[in-house]
Parts: sequence; structure tokens; C-alpha cells
Amino acid sequence: MLEVNPGLIVWTIVSFILLLFVLKRVAWKPILEALQSREESIRIALDHAEEARVKTEKILEEQKSIIHDANEKTIKLINEGRAVAEQTKSEIIVQAHQSAKTMLETAREQIVREKEAALSQIRNEVAKLAILTTEKMIDEVLDDKRRQQLIDTSMNKLPTN
Amino acid sequence: MAFFNKQSVPQDINAVTDTLQSTSHEGGSKEVFVHLFEHLQDGEVLEIPLGHINLPQFPPVTLLGITFDFSITKHIFFLLLASLLLIVTLLIVSRKNRKSKVPSGFGNLVEVLVIFIRDEIVLPNMGRSGLKYLDYLLTTFLFILTMNLLGMIPYGASPTGNISVTAGLAIIAFFMIQFSAIRAQGVGHYLAHLTGGVQWWLWPIMIPIEIIGLVTKPFALCIRLYANMTGGHLVILSLIGLIFIFHTYLVAPISVAFVVAIDLLELFVAVLQAYVFTMLTSLFMGFGIQAGEHTSHKTETEKH
Repeated sequence: MLEVNPGLIVWTIVSFILLLFVLKRVAWKPILEALQSREESIRIALDHAEEARVKTEKILEEQKSIIHDANEKTIKLINEGRAVAEQTKSEIIVQAHQSAKTMLETAREQIVREKEAALSQIRNEVAKLAILTTEKMIDEVLDDKRRQQLIDTSMNKLPTN
Repeated sequence: MAFFNKQSVPQDINAVTDTLQSTSHEGGSKEVFVHLFEHLQDGEVLEIPLGHINLPQFPPVTLLGITFDFSITKHIFFLLLASLLLIVTLLIVSRKNRKSKVPSGFGNLVEVLVIFIRDEIVLPNMGRSGLKYLDYLLTTFLFILTMNLLGMIPYGASPTGNISVTAGLAIIAFFMIQFSAIRAQGVGHYLAHLTGGVQWWLWPIMIPIEIIGLVTKPFALCIRLYANMTGGHLVILSLIGLIFIFHTYLVAPISVAFVVAIDLLELFVAVLQAYVFTMLTSLFMGFGIQAGEHTSHKTETEKH
């Protein structure tokens, strides 16, 4: 079983070498080339995918910042609007206060004026009555000129209020 | 043994029953094993279902004092069959792979093997410069694998179960190892390595030792592959032989169960040994290539 057959060794070597050359031509070269080109294309595809991923991420980031900016702007606008409204409101309130105050003032003045007018009228009437009463008592009729003189003097003697 | 219909049982069993018929009255179970060994051995006939074919025989040729018998034997037939199978299948695969960008089915399997040899054997052991020898290692792997697997099919035989075939493969491996070493290192460095770097008066001892070292590696490859492939078949035939030695069919289920188990193991060993042969060849070539890269690197640094 362990005897070596030189013919068989030669057969083996010859067929192996022939096989090697045939396979090199028909199989290994095309298979390895196809393999290499595929690996290359896969590598390129992966690179592209990576590039696309990076790009997408960048775009996403940009979009995010845009949304963020818009949000900020909106908030700012709202805040500004609110501030303006607040200011307007307080202005309106102040104005309203002011006008109310002036109206009150004029009303008060008018009242004072009316009161004064009424008072002086009352005084006149009272004086007139007093003079009439006095005329009756002294039984003397005073002329109009004299009567007015009396009223004015008594009036001037009265306290102004 | 009249239960056996001689026409329907495989030839190896036939051989065994013949033996049993001729030897049972002598009671020699030894004879059974002699015939089993004959089945493992090379022969001038090719066993086929329902008979056998006589293979062409040529007269031996004596060349340089060595007698070469180039007669086609069973193992040579299977050796050539393996080559043919490989060429045809790989031709189909490469045609198919060229057509479509993505390989499928069998083409995918071949590609997986190619990638395995390239990425797991050649690149780690030999580096990028080893890719020059990828063709050789791929051929070695698939040739040995096919030959190993041919022994697994009925009526088949493993040419790798013949020491002459493994010797032939080992001789090619030897030359490839030396060739790659010389190519990487240059003849001068290669011969210098043979001296082992010792002083000149030790050379007469060192050079034969180094040469023995070079020869041992392929010799081990040869014996390893041969022994592994023969061993498995021997175990299977012995288990079947048990049925005839015990002269009872009660042993048959046990024997068959064991044979199936060993067959599965054999299938694994067939792939493993093809891998081991290729891996070790690539490793031995890698030693020479790396030594070459080392020396060329050294001379480069010396120049600077």
C-alpha cells in the first residue's frame, strides 16, 4: 500500500500543471477580476452612501436651524407685539385717566362757578328783600339808584364766599 | 450468502461476499481484510454498477533508471475526472458570473471559497505579494477537495488516498515553496539562508540539515493527506467487514449506523484536509516571502 508508483506521480504532476494553466485562463482570472470589480463597485457605492448620509445630515441640521430661527423670530415678534400692546394699553389708560381728570376738573370748576353765580344771585335776592323790608320799616321808598348803591355796599361788606 | 442478489449490491460488498464464499469454509476472516485493502488500492479496473471496465494499459517505460508505468489506473481515472469536473464547473461558473453582476447559487459558493482562500489563507500567511500565487493555491484547494469528495460517492475512489498522488502534489508544493522563496529573496539570499547564518566551517553540517528541513515540510503534507484519506475509508470498510466476519445480519444496523457517522466525519475531513494542505503550503511559501521582504527591507535601510 505504501509503494510509490512513479508513473502515477508523473500523471498527478502533469494533470495538476495542466489544470492550473487551464483554470488560470478560464476560471481564476475572470472570477477574480469580477470579484475585484464588484468589491470596487461596492466600495464606491458605500462611499457614495456615506457621502449622501453626510449631506442629508447637513441638510437636516440646516433645516433644524431654520426651524429654530423661525421659532425664535416668532417668539420675538409675539413678544414685541405684546410689548407694543402693553404700551398702548397703558397709554390709553393714562390718557383716559387724564381726560377723566380734566373732565372732573372742568365739572368741578363749573360747579364752583354755578355755585358762585347762584350764591351771588341769592345774595342779590336776599339783599333786595332786605332792602324792601327795610323800606317798609323806614317807610321810605328808595329810588333804584340808591337801592343799588345799598346792595353793592352791603355786598362788598359780606365775606366773598 | 445466497440472500445477496449479486447484481444489485455494490461492488465492494460483492468483493467481500466473494471472499467470504471462498474463505468461509477455511474460516479465515483475515482474507476479508485483504480484499478490503485491495478495494482501497489502485487497480486496473474501474468498478461500475453491474460490472467493471478494464482501463487501458501501457507497457512500462524506463527512463533514467526509473520505471514509469503510465497505464491508466482507477486513481488516475478519478484524478482526470476531478480535473475535468473542475474545469467544466468553473468554466460554467465564470461564464455565469460574468453575465450577472451578483453571483447566485453555485457561482456564489465558488466565490465564497475563492474569497476564503484569498482572505483567510493567502493574505494572512503571505501578505499582498502572495496574491501572485493565489491561482496555484486555489487550484490546489479545489483539486484536492474534488478528489477527496470523489471517494465519498459510491463506486468512486479518492486519488488522494494514494501516496503517489499526494507525493505528486507535495512535489509541486515543494517546488512552489522554493520558487516563491527564490523569487522573493533572490538566489543569493536563498542560498545564504541554507547555511543557517553560521560560521563557514559548520556549513557541512548546517546545509544538509536545512535541506532536510525543506524536504520535510512537503513530505509531511504528502503523508498527512494520504493517511487521512486512507484512514477514513479503511474505517468504513472495516465496519462493513464486521457484518461478514460475524456472519450475522444483527451486526448490520450497528455497522451501518457507524458507517453513516464516519461518512459524515469523512465529509468534514475531506474539506478539512484540502484546507490544511492549502493552508500549510501557503504558510511555508509565506516564510520564504516574508524572509525575502525582510532582507530587501534590510538592504534598503542599509542604503539609506
